Amino acid sequence: MSPSRKKPPSEGTPVALSSERDLRGLIAAVVRLGKAAGAEETEVHVDEGAESLTRFANNGIHQNVAEHGLTVSVRTIVDGRTARVTTNRTDEDSLRAAIQSSLSLAASQPKDSGLLPMPGKQRYRVVRRFVPQTAALWPEDRARAVKEACDLAAKNGQVAAGIFSSGQTQSAVGNSHGLFAAYRQTQAEFSITMQESGAASWAKGNAANIREIDPRALASRASSKAHLAANAKELEPAHYTVILEPAAVLDLVGFLFYDFAATALEDKRSCLNDRMGKKLFGGNIDISDDVYHPLQMGAPFDGEGMPRQRVPLVERGVPRNLVYSRASAKRAKKKATGHGFALPNEYGEAPMNLVFAGGKSSMKEMIASTGQGLLVTRLWYIREVDPYEKVLTGMTRDGLFRVESGKVTSAVKNFRFNQSILEMLGNVEMMGPAVRATGEEAFEMVVPAMKVRNFRFTEVTKF
Amino acid sequence: MWELASHSLDIAKLRGASYTDARVMHLRQRDLTTKNGQVGTLAQSESIGIGIRVLAHGAWGFASTERLTREGVAACAAQAVSISKASALAKKSDAVMAPERAYVDGWQSPFQKDPFEIPLETQLALLLKADEEMRRVKGVTLTETGLQFRKIDSWFASSIGSRIHQRKVISGCGIGATSFQGDEIQKRSYPNSFGGQHALQGYEVVEALEIVKHAPRVAEEAASLHGAAQCPEKRGTLILGGSQLGLQIHESIGHPIELDRVLGQEANFAGTSFLTLDQLNKLKYASDIVNVVADARIAHGPGLGTFAYDDEGVPAQCTDIIKDGVFCGYLSNRETARLIGLNRSSGTMRTESWNRLPIIRMTNISLLPGTWGEADLVADTDDGILMETNRSWSIDDRRYQFQFSTEIGWEIKGGKKTRMLKNPSYSGITTEFWNSCDAICSRDSWVLWGTPNCGKGQPMQTMGTGHGAAPARFRNIHIGAAFSKQ
Repeated sequence: MSPSRKKPPSEGTPVALSSERDLRGLIAAVVRLGKAAGAEETEVHVDEGAESLTRFANNGIHQNVAEHGLTVSVRTIVDGRTARVTTNRTDEDSLRAAIQSSLSLAASQPKDSGLLPMPGKQRYRVVRRFVPQTAALWPEDRARAVKEACDLAAKNGQVAAGIFSSGQTQSAVGNSHGLFAAYRQTQAEFSITMQESGAASWAKGNAANIREIDPRALASRASSKAHLAANAKELEPAHYTVILEPAAVLDLVGFLFYDFAATALEDKRSCLNDRMGKKLFGGNIDISDDVYHPLQMGAPFDGEGMPRQRVPLVERGVPRNLVYSRASAKRAKKKATGHGFALPNEYGEAPMNLVFAGGKSSMKEMIASTGQGLLVTRLWYIREVDPYEKVLTGMTRDGLFRVESGKVTSAVKNFRFNQSILEMLGNVEMMGPAVRATGEEAFEMVVPAMKVRNFRFTEVTKF
Repeated sequence: MWELASHSLDIAKLRGASYTDARVMHLRQRDLTTKNGQVGTLAQSESIGIGIRVLAHGAWGFASTERLTREGVAACAAQAVSISKASALAKKSDAVMAPERAYVDGWQSPFQKDPFEIPLETQLALLLKADEEMRRVKGVTLTETGLQFRKIDSWFASSIGSRIHQRKVISGCGIGATSFQGDEIQKRSYPNSFGGQHALQGYEVVEALEIVKHAPRVAEEAASLHGAAQCPEKRGTLILGGSQLGLQIHESIGHPIELDRVLGQEANFAGTSFLTLDQLNKLKYASDIVNVVADARIAHGPGLGTFAYDDEGVPAQCTDIIKDGVFCGYLSNRETARLIGLNRSSGTMRTESWNRLPIIRMTNISLLPGTWGEADLVADTDDGILMETNRSWSIDDRRYQFQFSTEIGWEIKGGKKTRMLKNPSYSGITTEFWNSCDAICSRDSWVLWGTPNCGKGQPMQTMGTGHGAAPARFRNIHIGAAFSKQ
């Protein structure tokens, strides 16, 4: 959708974010204050956001919020010790106090022999994900789209609930060695649940560009599927062939991301311990971490300001590479990949921009090729049961359908699953093209729909 | 702060609001962690700002800002009114609230030792000592410890005349040992998973936990789990330790009684509830010995759901939720209370921060103590499994079907706790589970557990909730499904 061209008589518009020049000036000022206070090295993060969210339920808006915030986070190093202090007070006295607190915190701990000096200037690849039309969306624009969705629900004898959000955020990092990086993006999201006769279905879109979100189409899709979801029948929990829509795939594979952190392997809490370089998934599984992928979002630098690299993580089913912060790279005698979290922290790093290679099959083809199976719209309340075999539990939600002889035939009551993701990625029979998927358990990634054999459902609920 | 808050009320009224409330909040937090004998996180943060909620044209609007000047607050109030007018474009009906009177009051949560005044060196030395004790145990591959402290000041002002200042001090502490061996990762935590125990208290919470004393046992159990027998799959008798029962209460009682869920307001994200309005005062939720309250009063204890007033200016209350096994109460706010014909909100509107809208949240949802001694309960159990310390938790979006697994289990045979069991889990349907409860331990083993990480709302808010529980026994429960090879 597009924002209205005529400016409505409203003060509900998002504020303009600080300019990059302002951010650079603020960081330079804090670095100067750090030096004056006795810090040997100073690193400054500035994060700013202006975001709005319209929430609806029972076919009407019931919550509607807007926020603007800017935080300054300071890390100092003195005598081999470091600590971080964050504040949203940006007057000079408050910033000076934050630096002093950081120095006091740092001084309270033993010396860290593994602490690295801050990095110097870096070069960054430019990514453009700031769309002015998204930033300029008005509350009235969101309200009108919501009203249209609610009217559709009412017309179809259904009840709609969901959100329509839009906003702009930016992050900058700089340090006393001259490093400076800044990034800004916009983001819009429309999510809708349609309820009919005790059943429900759901659709959601998320993009940097508001023009790529079509609330009307999403509402229509959720409405049609909610109608199909009514009168669900109970099936026995068992192993089934499943066709997982991209949101369902995302919320499962999202649990894998931290396993690819070098620090997770060092700490022996990754499912990849003793498994790197060995065939772990099916030969059709290729996964990379790629912040530069056109369907991805996020800053092209990490918590220390290091440029993010594209890292091929899994090639033809074999885990090949990990991601590294500067510290974990040094310990492993590897190069940093630009995936470190802001220091100090105990987790190290993680790939935050997973991209699956995917396949070429359409949903229609996956359904048509299935004799007996289940079509899964999305999953819910997923938690890790076994961290090494990567067994996850959770529920199906908002549309579970039976597939018989190549056709969707009826709705099915929701199941609980207990399924190893390692096994699942060894049982993928067909895949769709990878898309920017959005769910509720994992952050957005680029994943395909999948047809998976032998998916383990263990119990059934009452609806 | 009062001047700014009052100014926001004046501006909102001038712009056409029929009701306004404003919260200036100042949040301070300190996080300390160690991992494998090294300092992990060492960080402190503060955040201050104002959130303004208005009702205009029968619809809600909310805006927040950190610009705490007269100009900044005025612009924020005007923005909130403007947003409410946009809301009115797609409102279903006018929002109306149950009556509440105005309060002018101040309250501070009681604590003995301000955690922000305890030297950092003391705090870190405690964590590093506990970490060292765990690392002495052979087979342990990862040790973690942590402390978290929060101090929250809020100044609440509303257009009906309330002016309420509250200060809360929250402390949390926990340790964990992980062991990787063969093809298994096993973990033990103390005194609970999710970073340990958290309470509305000062540093005295940390001292009382005696983490250094417990560290060797925690580490030994983590390493020993590899050699333990697998928890079998069967139907049988289950005894839950207090902290696990606290989470069971949270998921299968606390969430379904939230009236916003019941009324469909969370249908898109957190879900709805099986506790439809026709079930009130009729549904046999649990066995006769089960009594559950939602109690935010300090008299109930220093829980994460304890306060003097909620974030809508309603005094803390105790509401019966389950009485003698019968479902009899919801968690409500002023708007939802009126929607179902109640005279008054139950006082459960809470916000994470100044930049978040207050929403219905759990307070302290507690199972009242029973009569059993812990030793007597085990002695009375011929064949059962005791499960302790949560490892995973999941429940459907209407809160019927759940599955939990815990870090450790113990087989009970002939009234005695015998061998250790690994990978224990249990599952069931909420009302069937609670109706199978046949014994609850007494106040001697009742603890007001703190759950610091309850997520709800859009944008997401994280809130701390309290859950008083003592170990309890349940019959004919499905055990072991999560790890079944079927």
